[in-house]
Amino acid sequence: MNGALLEVANLEAGYGPVEVLRNVHFSVASGEIVVILGANGAGKTTTLRAISGMIGCRGSVVFAGQSIRGRRPDQLVAAGIAHVPQGRGTITDLTVEENLRIGAYCRRDGEVDADIARWFDVFPRLGERATQPAGSMSGGEQQMLAIARALMARPTLLLLDEPSLGLAPLVTKELFAQLATVNAETGTAVLVVEQNANLALAIAHRGYVLEVGELVASGSAEELMTDEAIRKAYLGF
Amino acid sequence: MSEFLQFLFLGLGQGAIYATLAVALVIIYRATGLLNFAQGEMAMFCTFVIWMAWDAGLPFPLAVLVGMAFGFVMGAVIQLAIIAPVTKRAHGNPLPVVMVTIGLFLALSSLAPIIWGTDAKVFPVAFGEGSIELFGASITHRVLGTLAILGLEVVVLWLIFQRTRLGLAMRAVASNEESSALAGVPVGRMLMIGWGMAAAFGALAGGLAAYVGLTNTLMLVPLIYAFAAATLGGFDSPGGAVVGGLVVGVVTELSAHYIPFIGNDLKLLPAFLLILIVLLVRPQGLFGKRQVVRV
Amino acid sequence: MTAPALPRPSTATTMAKVVGLLALAYLLYWLPTFYKASQVGTFIRVMTLVLAAMGLNMLTGYTGQISVGHGAFYGIGAYSVAILVGEYEWGHFPALAVGVALSFVVGMAIGIPALRIRGMYLALVTLGLAALFPQILQRFSDITGGTQGMRVSKFEAPEGSGLANDQWQYYVILAFVVVAFVLVRNGVRSRPGRAMVAIRDNEIAAEVMGVRLSAYKVLVFGISAALAGLGGGLLVFNTNYVSANSFTIELSILILVMVVLGGVATPWGPVIGAVLVVYIPEWLPKDIPLLDVEGSALGPVLFAAVLILLMAVAPDGIMGLVRRIKGWALRQRRAPDVPGPGPNDSVPSH
Ligand SMILES: Nc1ncnc2c1ncn2[C@@H]1O[C@H](COP(=O)(O)OP(=O)(O)OP(=O)(O)O)[C@@H](O)[C@H]1O
Ligand SMILES: [Mg+2]
Repeated sequence: MNGALLEVANLEAGYGPVEVLRNVHFSVASGEIVVILGANGAGKTTTLRAISGMIGCRGSVVFAGQSIRGRRPDQLVAAGIAHVPQGRGTITDLTVEENLRIGAYCRRDGEVDADIARWFDVFPRLGERATQPAGSMSGGEQQMLAIARALMARPTLLLLDEPSLGLAPLVTKELFAQLATVNAETGTAVLVVEQNANLALAIAHRGYVLEVGELVASGSAEELMTDEAIRKAYLGF
Repeated sequence: MSEFLQFLFLGLGQGAIYATLAVALVIIYRATGLLNFAQGEMAMFCTFVIWMAWDAGLPFPLAVLVGMAFGFVMGAVIQLAIIAPVTKRAHGNPLPVVMVTIGLFLALSSLAPIIWGTDAKVFPVAFGEGSIELFGASITHRVLGTLAILGLEVVVLWLIFQRTRLGLAMRAVASNEESSALAGVPVGRMLMIGWGMAAAFGALAGGLAAYVGLTNTLMLVPLIYAFAAATLGGFDSPGGAVVGGLVVGVVTELSAHYIPFIGNDLKLLPAFLLILIVLLVRPQGLFGKRQVVRV
Repeated sequence: MTAPALPRPSTATTMAKVVGLLALAYLLYWLPTFYKASQVGTFIRVMTLVLAAMGLNMLTGYTGQISVGHGAFYGIGAYSVAILVGEYEWGHFPALAVGVALSFVVGMAIGIPALRIRGMYLALVTLGLAALFPQILQRFSDITGGTQGMRVSKFEAPEGSGLANDQWQYYVILAFVVVAFVLVRNGVRSRPGRAMVAIRDNEIAAEVMGVRLSAYKVLVFGISAALAGLGGGLLVFNTNYVSANSFTIELSILILVMVVLGGVATPWGPVIGAVLVVYIPEWLPKDIPLLDVEGSALGPVLFAAVLILLMAVAPDGIMGLVRRIKGWALRQRRAPDVPGPGPNDSVPSH
């Protein structure tokens, strides 16, 4: 037992004949926030999709001591992995509240209503729009909803694919602050893919850099932030 | 006036049957975007099961429940064993899946006479033969009972879809399969249950329709009416299917009675025109959502 | 968006094709000289159904739409000939022309809603038409004879031709089938034909490219219906009889089965499909042990099962299966030196 919650080794994945990922290794410990940086098309989304069972892959994906490769996304939600896909990932025909209920589909306990109330507290915008169809909300509001929906499953590992996409800078900042709080309070580990490296590294414990399907660098958040090359490529200063 | 009422009620009674079958069509369309051409023949098949149960001595309502249970299993098995694999391999092309439903149509309609023979089976009239007087028109117990069943269906549907976890998950899958799976909904199982539910509703429609005598062509024409009903109401709206079914039933009976050109022979004409006109003027139907077309 | 250039066929394949076609031509010439009139009647039925299936194949194969109502167009052709010849004593060919024109017009009219709707709604409308058609026949049974049917005068061989009536009918109908086959084949390769394929592959993209989408779609549907009408009209040349019982939904479904079984969008698919759908029930054994049924009753069940299976393993039908096996064999042969997929290989990746 090395304490890793998620342990990915030799991961290879692609679409049909197109190979996207080669030999990817990384891990996420319980309660840790890990960020994956990388240029467009590097394979970040593909990595998350392979972990959450949306696409097939080769190699080993071990979660909480068990191999989860080849399992369906809904089974993984029950096992404790919630994935917020790139783009919205909300169910637009359902109301905001129903989206949150669907997020708790795998749960059998009686605290669903309490959790809904809690996320309405954290994201007041959602509470105000509880009975509105999710599709009628703004992109940023839907992004919050998608994250709250994922948290409704009470995951032990949250996969976030570019949560800041389309959000105003202020909202993004707020969102990351919330994520840090959630992580601190519930101990939910977070694996986040992010273009806004500054913000992500600010709350992350560790990070990896993915380039055309291969991991090229890894280290603690501080190390990455101070690395010359990474600063040039992803932090822009 | 009393004559008009007479035919209005007759139309409502028939309409309730079309509505029930249309609900079945809508449940599957909403979940998968598929027009199930085999819905009527699946219902016919289940109606033979109802007949067998009734013939074996079961009380009729119980026999109908047996048929509905059979329908549920049949629908679920068809989805699991045939529809799901073909859909997966079709890569978004609707043609193979539609062809499969047409294959099922052909299989069931030609299998039924092999199993149960070609002679029409005597079938019980739901709610008996009696009738009551209302505003000078006589309305049969069958029509009243059928309408009551439709009312019950609406309530049950509403409860399932709006008040249960299962219904919520089914609506989620109907809206977006991928997001639903990521939220933890077992999509495959939901589609299976959807097909099962639809087939059970079909069985109910068959049980209400077969009082005229049961043969393998029982649901052939009702299927067209049900398609007309779903088109009118909107293919993604169960409530629309119910309203559509009643409208189609009433329009059919009234026009058959009052328009000599149509009469009993051309009864399908109004429903056919309705399909054409609705598709031309308002393809999404009265209560449906407008479909967005993307490149 | 140009089609990939086809590799030039080698002289050997061209020779094989020519020999094959000549053999087929001789076979088709020889059949009615050998078989008796009732068998020739079945050949004729197959040919008329080939026409209907060719029409439907054009629609389905080249525009991606499906019709569950081609039995009705077939019926329109048949009844036009029957009524005009039987009641009004027209000649067979003018009556046939009217039948073809009528199915063309009805087809166009039915095709119009398809302009506004994508997907499988055309199937819905045409299914309605297929169900309505027998009712129309019944409603006007004073002219059509309804389910009683009506007799039509014979289409006779000209004096001195030395041919029996059925042989003459056979050769005339064969001529129609061959001409239609060639026209449809060339039509598909023409500019409008390629536009049709563009519609199938991507409606909006085709529109952007400037293909007059709606015009082509309606026209294609009209022509498709007219071919079915032609088939139905020609059928009456031989049967001398029509009845409402023969133009049911099941006929429409079987025409669709022919197309899909044979292979959508392949020129020979409808031919193979029609032959199989007509002959398989006849080939099935009369008595089936353990089952108290006539063999022919199992025909539709069998088609249905094959159809479903085919959709699961090879949605492009028998011709598609053949093409795949060919491509596979070709790859096996070339495997040592040329890796990579063959030119016609469309097997989806997993
Ligand atoms: N569905 C697909 N089919 C085929 N190729 C795909 C598919 N999705 C992604 N790819 C390819 O896989 C590669 C990696 O894509 P991926 O979405 O993982 O990148 P990413 O790192 O998430 O990029 P971005 O920052 O733009 O989101 C790209 O080259 C892309 O073209
Ligand atoms: Mg991405």
